[in-house]
Amino acid sequence: MIRFIRVTKEYASGAAIEDVSLDIGKGEFVFLTGHSGSGKTTTLKLIHLSERPTDGEVRVAGFSSIRTTPRDLWKLRRKVGLVFQDFRLLPGRTAMENVGFALEVTGSPPKAITPKAQRLLSQVGLASKSERPVEQLSGGERQRVAIARALATEPLVLLADEPTGNLDERATRGVMDLIWEINALGMAVVMATHDLELVRRYASARVMELDQGRLVYDSSGVDRAVTHTT
Amino acid sequence: MQSPTLREALAALRRAPLLTGLSAGMVALALFVAGLFGTVTHNLQVALQSVEDRVAVVAYLDDGAGPAPIDRAVADLEARDDVREVRYVSQDRALEIARAELPELAELGAGLAENPFPASLEIVLQDGGADPDAIAVVAQAAAAIPIVEDVQYGQEWVDRLHALRRLTGVAVMVIGAAFAVVGALIIGTAIRIAIFARRDEIYIMRLVGAKDAFIRRPFLLEGAFTGVVGGAAATGLTWLTYQTLHRFLEDLSWIPSTWVVGGIAAGGFFGMLASAVAVRRHLREV
Ligand SMILES: Nc1ncnc2c1ncn2[C@@H]1O[C@H](COP(=O)(O)OP(=O)(O)OP(=O)(O)O)[C@@H](O)[C@H]1O
Ligand SMILES: [Mg+2]
Repeated sequence: MIRFIRVTKEYASGAAIEDVSLDIGKGEFVFLTGHSGSGKTTTLKLIHLSERPTDGEVRVAGFSSIRTTPRDLWKLRRKVGLVFQDFRLLPGRTAMENVGFALEVTGSPPKAITPKAQRLLSQVGLASKSERPVEQLSGGERQRVAIARALATEPLVLLADEPTGNLDERATRGVMDLIWEINALGMAVVMATHDLELVRRYASARVMELDQGRLVYDSSGVDRAVTHTT
Repeated sequence: MQSPTLREALAALRRAPLLTGLSAGMVALALFVAGLFGTVTHNLQVALQSVEDRVAVVAYLDDGAGPAPIDRAVADLEARDDVREVRYVSQDRALEIARAELPELAELGAGLAENPFPASLEIVLQDGGADPDAIAVVAQAAAAIPIVEDVQYGQEWVDRLHALRRLTGVAVMVIGAAFAVVGALIIGTAIRIAIFARRDEIYIMRLVGAKDAFIRRPFLLEGAFTGVVGGAAATGLTWLTYQTLHRFLEDLSWIPSTWVVGGIAAGGFFGMLASAVAVRRHLREV
């Protein structure tokens, strides 16, 4: 469902991603790890085409980085949910309004917005706090609102860039369990993190490691070549 | 429930009424200047038109011309499409007119043994026929009549009048365009500020997959709205000014309603265009 074919992304400062090829199937859970500056965020940006490769091709849910015009980008964006370390919610609005906003601007019928937002907030365990302005929510709760928003368009994949980076131990566990649950329902997840403790805890997930823009490790490749491990 | 677009546009208005009001006000001032200039131009054109309407070709006749050839000449000229009316002025009538216009002549003329004024035909052209070429054609036709001795029509100032009318026409277009650009720049800047104020929302909209057209629409509406309100306010200001001046200058006439409607519509159109440019630029950057 996500495929990188010899993808390179160069910035003026140099290559952030270099000659990366990868394949992620429907419903997979993938941890994207690596040191700071290794290219995790850039990889996620390439997946939702907020950056285009300077070389190679990215294919996501039937959209190609070569052929998809800016005009058609919205179609891809509805298939890809996004969650960030800093939540990126609209301040001054309630949890309900934040989720409702995503539904409204993607063309949900007005009557369907409130019940659907309500249902999404229940799904992330925030039904009781849906009318609270997001400023009055904890970090973990805000991330849940962001996840509910990301699910609004019923995407095929959830991209999460350090979603627990601003959260304490308890909130991290809560958010991770939620994302794990969502994945169990069939949605693919690609999560960038450098929290190796987390990666170890969810050991059945696939792990990819980037180093200086190169894909240096892929656990599914290791599985297939299990005889090489010591 | 209102449409989301309209609600967003109204919300923007509510969030930043000062910004919208201020830019509409500035647009109104720019278009007001254009309106004043339009009024002056319009009145100048009206005045020039009335002068042009009085442009006539005068054909002086042989003293010996009999009534029959004169009647035929009048009929021939009146048959032309570009001629509205032909008036015969006899020698006696010419003298009478001259005496009425110049009192000194009245005394002098009493002593004249012979009437020195020739009889003439005053040929009045059709409306809009007062351009130099059309006049020259009629003048030639008149000159070709055997009993006509001489034809006069003030060629030089007909040319100048015509040039002046053309000049004012061009001037109103250039100045109108200049102020339209000023108005569009003002609206464009206001929309840029409005976009900046809503950049977080626009960012989220793009992320979750709102169509560009959907993102653009409330801003286009706001731009058009600002332009129309500015245009209407400018019309009001121009009207007040006109009313005030009208008390002193009774001949002053109000600009044609097509100009007013065109001006307001142009305000809306340029407002929308300016917004479209601003939004397009922003969307390309995000
Ligand atoms: N917009 C940009 N312009 C220029 N260089 C960039 C840009 N974005 C990222 N880079 C560079 O690309 C490289 C990879 O950056 P990226 O953000 O993908 O790293 P990361 O793995 O997400 O790091 P972190 O763990 O700190 O978030 C870095 O060297 C970074 O400086
Ligand atoms: Mg990063």
